[in-house]
Amino acid sequence: MKLKLRVWRQPSAATEGKLVDYEIEGVSQDSSFLEMMDVLNEKLIHEGEDPVAFDHDCREGICGMCSMVINGIAHGPKAAVTTCELYMREFNDGDTIVVEPWRAAAFPPIKDLVVNRTALDHIIQAGGYVSVRTGSAPDANNIPIPKDDAEISMDAAACIGCGACVAACPNSSAMLFTAAKVSHLAMLPQGKVERYDRAVLMVNQMDAEGFGGCTNIGECEAVCPKEISLDFIGRLNRELIAGTFKAAGNR
Amino acid sequence: MQATSALTLYRSTIGKKVIMAVTGLIGIGFLFFHMYGNLKIFLGQEYFNAYAEGLRELGAPIFIHGHLLFLMRVVLLAAVILHVWAAWSLWLKAHRARPQSYEMKRVVQANYASRTIRWGGLVVFFFILFHLAQLTWGVTNLPGGFDRTDPYSNVVAAFQSPLVVAFYLIALFALAFHLYHGTWSFIQTLGLLHKRWDRLVRLFALLMAIVIPGGLALVPISIIAGFI
Ligand code: SF4
Ligand code: FES
Repeated sequence: MKLKLRVWRQPSAATEGKLVDYEIEGVSQDSSFLEMMDVLNEKLIHEGEDPVAFDHDCREGICGMCSMVINGIAHGPKAAVTTCELYMREFNDGDTIVVEPWRAAAFPPIKDLVVNRTALDHIIQAGGYVSVRTGSAPDANNIPIPKDDAEISMDAAACIGCGACVAACPNSSAMLFTAAKVSHLAMLPQGKVERYDRAVLMVNQMDAEGFGGCTNIGECEAVCPKEISLDFIGRLNRELIAGTFKAAGNR
Repeated sequence: MQATSALTLYRSTIGKKVIMAVTGLIGIGFLFFHMYGNLKIFLGQEYFNAYAEGLRELGAPIFIHGHLLFLMRVVLLAAVILHVWAAWSLWLKAHRARPQSYEMKRVVQANYASRTIRWGGLVVFFFILFHLAQLTWGVTNLPGGFDRTDPYSNVVAAFQSPLVVAFYLIALFALAFHLYHGTWSFIQTLGLLHKRWDRLVRLFALLMAIVIPGGLALVPISIIAGFI
């Protein structure tokens, strides 16, 4: 395959970025999008140029690092996959592909396609955990959990924290991410103890990080590689409303 | 603490949206009865004017003449102010949340109504100001003059101008989109939605978006077409 790439290049947070055009040849249809980026980088290195910086780690859709907006869609044109799981067969020979980083005030740029997503970690730190007594490991399956609850919790727990929901949202809202994290724990007996504090604290943190508010548009759900449903946002709303009325989150 | 906790809703983005949802619901309720009441214009001048006067008698004999109506107006005004305030504050926050826009951005599944909810709201807001100025405060010049005791004639006179009718229809069109996303959205924001009921709720939102603006549009259309 022969491709025309337009890649966002930004040397550092302090400098302005711009799209730079590249042309590459000999890209296999069976290579992944990241492998195609590797081919580009090797070419750049050979030519003595600075390779394109991009985040990646597992390359199998579980770490959530590979953040790229491809032709205007976070994680590219194929639904329910991460960029590393996107294959070049989704594109045609001669295509022009625009590659940009996640864009949000809460995700400040670091270099090229790499942005700082620590804001999502701060949301987790604010309440995305359960407090347990440490020491001897508890017996497995000690606490019975209804099958349906476990399923819903697992669906929410599938979130890999990639931030595509924020990137796709016109409001740069982190609602889908926060909703997945809050719901995942609120569904389980171990998480129920702190559920209202958790909802209030995590939402407060989400707001403090500079993410926008949700307008129920649903672009997040459409680009989420783990198909986290808008239902969880409804669930987060319920948790937050109940938490606010209970004056939770004051610890 | 318990008593004041609900009053802290306004602080979070979700809380602001809850305020928008509740005040929006008040708006939808008002619009529905406003539409229903307006259609009485088809029953003639006497009936319509009696209805307008009757609004002041609402709640009698418990309420004194005009009191309940006044109370309702206060609630509506408060709802509008809160709705606009929350919308404005969320708009600003969203605006600040993306300082650098995408060079290329594509919409995957969001519908038109949801993406234009803020702009539709803006159109409706300016329309309300014009509408009140024209038919409640009587500050725009109507051909036959504004007669506070004869709303029927005021309405008929107002809709002789094609320009006014066109503006009303554009605003009602914007309202239809606003109501479609707004109705679905308030149910989601209050956490009442479940995917299983999504189709039904969408249908309900569509019904609201057609019936309310449609009913309201019948009046100006019928007047300029000469049916009234
Ligand atoms: S909700 Fe989906 S898109 Fe958002 S961070 Fe989690 S996995 Fe990524
Ligand atoms: S590199 Fe780990 S999810 Fe893509």
